[in-house]
Amino acid sequence: MARRDITSGNWAAAEAMRQINPDVVAAYPITPSTDIPMKFSEFVADGLVDTNLVTVESEHSAISACLAASISGARVMTASSANGVALMHEIFPIAAAYRAPIVFALVNRSIGAPINIHCDHSDSMAERDMGWIHLYCEDAQEVYDSMIMSVRIAEHKDVLLPVFVCQDGFITSHCFEPIEFLEDEEVKNFIGERDPMFPLLDVDNPVAYGSLALTDYYFEIKRQQIEAMKNVRKVYEEISEEFYKLTGRKYPIVEAYKTEDAEYVAVIMSSATGAVKEAVDKLRAEGHKVGCLRVRMFRPFPWKDIAEILTGKKGIAVLDRAASIGAGAPLFTEVKGALYDSGTIVPTNSYVYGLGGRDFFLHDAEKAFTDLINGDFSPEERYLGLRE
Amino acid sequence: MKLKGWKDLPPATVVPASTAEEVETGQWRSMRPVWDESKCIHCLQCWIQCPDRSIKTDEEGKVTGIDYFYCKGCGICAKVCPKDAIEMRPEADFI
Repeated sequence: MARRDITSGNWAAAEAMRQINPDVVAAYPITPSTDIPMKFSEFVADGLVDTNLVTVESEHSAISACLAASISGARVMTASSANGVALMHEIFPIAAAYRAPIVFALVNRSIGAPINIHCDHSDSMAERDMGWIHLYCEDAQEVYDSMIMSVRIAEHKDVLLPVFVCQDGFITSHCFEPIEFLEDEEVKNFIGERDPMFPLLDVDNPVAYGSLALTDYYFEIKRQQIEAMKNVRKVYEEISEEFYKLTGRKYPIVEAYKTEDAEYVAVIMSSATGAVKEAVDKLRAEGHKVGCLRVRMFRPFPWKDIAEILTGKKGIAVLDRAASIGAGAPLFTEVKGALYDSGTIVPTNSYVYGLGGRDFFLHDAEKAFTDLINGDFSPEERYLGLRE
Repeated sequence: MKLKGWKDLPPATVVPASTAEEVETGQWRSMRPVWDESKCIHCLQCWIQCPDRSIKTDEEGKVTGIDYFYCKGCGICAKVCPKDAIEMRPEADFI
């Protein structure tokens, strides 16, 4: 009998970490992810986990300690947000190149300035080319489930890459909702033991990580990372299928909601998906053929799936919770690129919404659909919920 | 040395131990130490000071020559030699 409880996205992540019982957690608190190491430190203090919790002096130190522990052979997890993520930036590409399967609970928060503790995706989007897998969760249940699945995905021998499990700051991280937990034993059996590839602690087989590789080998090492990222999809599908059999909960790479017969589709990520789905239902009741496409996996980017779903539509709205100042918003440019590769041209509008935690309402989602239905297309970026 | 392609390269930037021995640092050399056996008194000052273990010795601990595979031509051996038994000459002289 599955255990049910009312909890938050952060506490769900912490509960997953308790059940995963990682060897090392090195973390530094920053809103809105603070809850995760805070709750986890209670588990450590209460002796519920065997984890070596390293309390460090900065986020840079946190991720550095995580990386060192990970290549030593430990199972490692951490959490952070916003400028904490930015401070870790230097170490992210190193973790990916060292093929350190760190599972990272990233609680999305706007990058300052101005200082702002609320949600947008500017922190994780700034790390999109660092070689990490990016998963964006819609709700707390998905956060919990993704933390557990990510251990397997990250540590898979064909992948060996770190994972960001992203959730929307405060909206998902602090709101309480019903969650179904697995039993401790089920999690333990699902994740198994880590079998590290070249652990530094294996003194009988000594290796060096991170030697100088100049014009001779740097390029080849990046190509290896690209290959590992290409393998993610197949591994993800295997593991998510196994997870589905265990829990009955399915997590496709992209979630298509009423898109099949839809003429107009809105593409979105994370918690705001709920408002878009509601707009879909409302507009469908009024006779409009609309649908919603939620992108759960942002790296590797599932361009093929997206192109398949969007080909033949009359209009698309891509909704980004991050701006790429001076260029197209991150999700928009990727979606547009996916369509180009598929050889189809569909009029596509770009909408930026929710920066700095600005609420995203049903009427904002409706506005995007209404533009499409009215044939109101233009290449200029549009804004939902912004005062002119 | 033939460079490996990405499929044959060990992953994760990993390099096995002691692979520095395979690197021919002698390629970096622009000045070559030339050892004059007739002047050498085998005091081993050069052997002690050489940063690249490039002074070759025999079983009795006597100098037998210089290992040009590793010698980078730093010239410390010539500097410390009390008998001027090592002369630094431009590599161009040996082409």
